[in-house]
Amino acid sequence: MSVRRLAVEQPEGFAFTPENLEWAKAQIKKYPEGRQVSAVLPILWRAQEQMGGWLPEPALRYVADMLGMAYISVYEIATFYTMFNLAPVGRYYVQVCGTTPCWLRGADEIKDTCRKQIGEPGHMTADGLFSWTEVECLGACVNAPMAQINKDYYEDLTPESLKRILKDLKAGRPVTPGPQDGRQASAPLGGPITLTDSELYRNEGSEDSEPATRPGAAANQRERSRAAPKRPLGKGRKPRPR
Amino acid sequence: MLQDKDRIFKNLYGLHSWRLKAARGRGAWDGTKEIIDRGHEAIIDEVKTSGLRGRGGAGFPTGLKWSFMPKQSDGRPNYLVVNADESEPGTCKDRDIMRHDPHLLIEGAFLAGFAMRAHVSYIYIRGEFIREREILQAAIDEAYDAKLIGKNNVNGWDFELYLHHGAGAYICGEETALLESLEGKKGMPRLKPPFPANVGLYGAPTTVNNVETIAVVPDILRRGATWFASLGRPNNTGTKLFCLSGHVNTPCNVEEEMGVPLRELIDHYAGGVRGGWDNLLAVIPGGSSVPCIPASECEDLPMDFDSLKALKTGLGTAAVIVMDKSTDIIRAIARLAYFYKHESCGQCTPCREGTGWMWRVLERMARGQADKGEIDMLLDVSYQVEGHTICALGDAAAWPVQGLIRHFRHVIEARIDAQAAKPLAPSVPVAAE
Repeated sequence: MSVRRLAVEQPEGFAFTPENLEWAKAQIKKYPEGRQVSAVLPILWRAQEQMGGWLPEPALRYVADMLGMAYISVYEIATFYTMFNLAPVGRYYVQVCGTTPCWLRGADEIKDTCRKQIGEPGHMTADGLFSWTEVECLGACVNAPMAQINKDYYEDLTPESLKRILKDLKAGRPVTPGPQDGRQASAPLGGPITLTDSELYRNEGSEDSEPATRPGAAANQRERSRAAPKRPLGKGRKPRPR
Repeated sequence: MLQDKDRIFKNLYGLHSWRLKAARGRGAWDGTKEIIDRGHEAIIDEVKTSGLRGRGGAGFPTGLKWSFMPKQSDGRPNYLVVNADESEPGTCKDRDIMRHDPHLLIEGAFLAGFAMRAHVSYIYIRGEFIREREILQAAIDEAYDAKLIGKNNVNGWDFELYLHHGAGAYICGEETALLESLEGKKGMPRLKPPFPANVGLYGAPTTVNNVETIAVVPDILRRGATWFASLGRPNNTGTKLFCLSGHVNTPCNVEEEMGVPLRELIDHYAGGVRGGWDNLLAVIPGGSSVPCIPASECEDLPMDFDSLKALKTGLGTAAVIVMDKSTDIIRAIARLAYFYKHESCGQCTPCREGTGWMWRVLERMARGQADKGEIDMLLDVSYQVEGHTICALGDAAAWPVQGLIRHFRHVIEARIDAQAAKPLAPSVPVAAE
């Protein structure tokens, strides 16, 4: 368990934008009638996104009212689930995985880099651009060490590559999520040594068979209901036989 | 060694498109209607015959689990819930399925839902997988648009599939905590019985299955149970995604047969242990929850449920965490102890208090600031936590500690001796101590 409390300074009020309100109402429809409480996590998450990365207390009450929940139930949820930030975070919120598989591959150096570049965990830089924290396993262990910055995973990090990413973000330059050492997703460095039989892909057809992603290449996608999704961006590479 | 033609996850690395058209080209959604026409029981029997065991860690026979679901409704609906809350340290296989081959999961959920007479299914994905969620939702939308799922779909079984996400809590990977979370509460596990197959989501019969378990089902039903059962070893059949992390030269995910030798995984796929095989110290073979084993036990070790159980460890999620001789093994396990302390939901006293206690003692032991008698005390406390909690998180927190003491007690003792041999620092008077 971890101790988590609401921030001392809170804004006056909170309300969803019309777009988010409509989205929230659509979420509630995923669950059986009378079970609208089920939507509390996704709706709180959307509220956090609207607030630029944290959940003020008025937002908790707003969501509770919307779902017909006791305020205390929503406070409980906001303090239980660690992705809810109860105080403001930087515009780029860096979450460094420190659990053993990442630790074995140098998560301590990544944390040191954050300390030097940003400051102590929880500290926000004066320009409001960055803050960072250590988190538990983010589930990208074969691409360790790694960090999540906002929605994207940055994998196979070194202090140098993280420094470069932070610098680019600060300067407003585009950054590429995913492995930073040129790897293809979770394939071994140097290229896959399995799944090299082209016969497997004979029937894929040409029009749609361009490789989908480095992770995050679908960044332009928003969750939409039943609309035909856009094709993701991204250029892929052919597997290299070893 | 598994051949490419026998692999289920043909787009594991995302070199090809995840979209419906490409997925169909790789074999997904082929003849789904004919499989449905075989009937509910025939599908469950086929899965039973295949020998498939759950891929989420516990290894429970999937077909048997499905057969617990009621065949006649008493008015309550049946639910299928897919556990995509992948958070076990070392494990990153479900992520690849969802971002690179989501249609395997969607078709699997449809078939499993039909087998268990469920018209509604929820996929619970961990909150941090935001991009994976976007891709999976887009793939679900594609399946709806193509009328593969939904009302009056071409396959003849009404099926609604919803994607739901968490918000950062390892405990929600426990099936009843997941159901609580899906109902909009804190993720605190429920007492069993009643089991979810009787009283699950919203009080209705529910089966919770791991992503990989569900995603292999279409291939089993298309290629036949005998094909799946011909791979691997008796009682440990089929293929499995292995996550090879830690001190190896080329960490990666790979699909292999169950029972593949550990050394082959490490040497052939992961480029060997850093500094060579002789530099191997220990391996955690199935995700952070299972006890580590020393290098001496890794030489000819088949990676399957039964072989690893015989070594007092487990296959778990098949997440292999490799540690070479440079590793401070006490610190490595202490970091896991911190993880369990952080992730304990706080409901049961032995776990809430025990995980923090074990972490603090291990931190001291990592510095050598402990008494040798405390090693047995730590072991004793770990047994007081194990088996005395509602869910298995208590066990999962205890096992790594037990593995450490079982195999590396001498390291802890040497650390304590080394610390004791250090000349005392000049004592600084401290008030009230």
